[in-house]
Amino acid sequence: MTDRAFAVVRSGALTTVQDEGRPGHAHLGVPRSGALDRPAAALVNRLVGNPPEAAVLETTLNGCAVRPRCAVTVAVGGAPCPVTVDGRPVPWGMPVRVPAGALLDVGTAVSGVRGYLALSGGVAVEPVLGSRSTDLLSGLGPPPLANGAVLPLGDATAAHARVDVVPHAAPPSELVLRLTAGPRADWFTPDALRTLATRAYRVSSASNRIGLRTEGPPLDRAVSGELPSEGMVLGAVQVPPDGRPVVFLADHPTTGGYPVVGVVRPADLAGAAQAVPGTRVRFVVTGALTPPPG
Amino acid sequence: MSVSPARPRVKVLPMGERALLVELADGSAAEALHAELLRRRAAGELTVREIVPAARTVLLDGLDAPERLAARLPSWEIPPLPPRAEDVLELPVRYDGPDLADVAALWGVPVREVPRIHAAAEFRVAFCGFAPGFGYLTGLGGLPDVPRRATPRTTVPAGSVGLAGPYTGVYPRASPGGWQLIGTTEAVLWDHARVPAALLTPGVRVRFVPEAR
Repeated sequence: MTDRAFAVVRSGALTTVQDEGRPGHAHLGVPRSGALDRPAAALVNRLVGNPPEAAVLETTLNGCAVRPRCAVTVAVGGAPCPVTVDGRPVPWGMPVRVPAGALLDVGTAVSGVRGYLALSGGVAVEPVLGSRSTDLLSGLGPPPLANGAVLPLGDATAAHARVDVVPHAAPPSELVLRLTAGPRADWFTPDALRTLATRAYRVSSASNRIGLRTEGPPLDRAVSGELPSEGMVLGAVQVPPDGRPVVFLADHPTTGGYPVVGVVRPADLAGAAQAVPGTRVRFVVTGALTPPPG
Repeated sequence: MSVSPARPRVKVLPMGERALLVELADGSAAEALHAELLRRRAAGELTVREIVPAARTVLLDGLDAPERLAARLPSWEIPPLPPRAEDVLELPVRYDGPDLADVAALWGVPVREVPRIHAAAEFRVAFCGFAPGFGYLTGLGGLPDVPRRATPRTTVPAGSVGLAGPYTGVYPRASPGGWQLIGTTEAVLWDHARVPAALLTPGVRVRFVPEAR
């Protein structure tokens, strides 16, 4: 049997299909979605010879196992983990040839949270609004992987990369998030901004693809009352009534009614994708602490 | 003096390295700026990935040089919205929601008056959010704002027509929700095989047409 597809043998805690997401539809209430650790997803695609827009699998903590129905080249990246083919160890972070019918197992992460599995040809589920990404906030795109599901693969378009070693960023022991203040920094007391910039926070276990939740000293508001709904961006640090900052990740809502104290640089969000609960978070305010006069 | 288009007060707020949040005096000023931004983008005068209107702001995301636009934008002349623009989209509705009596009590009218008032209004999609295809419709002027339910329902059926704050909205699919439900529509609010996928997009005018029982 040579059909280009793979069967899900072990779906893992949460495994989703992800690509570069579906930006451009926020005005319709559609989240951007897409891989949380973008550099890791881009790297595994390059390793197997896929174009950058090919869809990969994003795993959470304990990996997944799949059985391709055709011979494919795969690469596993993101959170480091053991990888086996029919029980035999194969390299992590390198292109690996998997024969048709063999069992590819992406193991539990030894550090970090999200693993990325690219298969040559890419996961070829039907795109929705130009993207194959699973959007956990609004339910667009394919559902999370389930045991027994069979997903189609596209045709391989190029040979895999010829590499001996691939550098990768280790998941952070401390997550440093650089942010610029605004648009609602003036809704908080000056003490609150000092608290954010100087005190230690930790990644909360309630974090998910929608947001990185934190535990730490609450930020006090200078302005009470409700903020009318306004547009939100990737990396926005929204502060709900409990005062604990939430950093918006790929599946964030497109509008929201809690004030945004600052916005994290997108380049720092790959680290946020890999920070296990309990990781120390340091917010570094790089812009002005108060917005310029309007 | 008042012949030239109004130059509304705008406040341009920073939002990271690629976005600006433009705050206006009220919702209609935000809608006017939104229309002007779409016009400028269509004319090739503005390059931006997302233009997201909201209650009294417009977000511009995916800008190459936000600071340059931030400096220019406050001096733009924003034409007011034309009083009647495109066709009015008619949504069939059955006023059979479980919260009709609560809304009537809040408005201080008999229950049968709620459908009459609601169906007489002309609405406009001010912005979308909450879920793909969920529009926030303005148009119920002069009535008390409707608070969200103290305890949101765990499931609101698709097509439910609800009220919250100054807005009317229609749930595109079944989801949890706290809006006060006054009716049901058979209209398909979201279909990602359709272009645009959302029936209610910002700026669209809407009337609710009661169905005979």
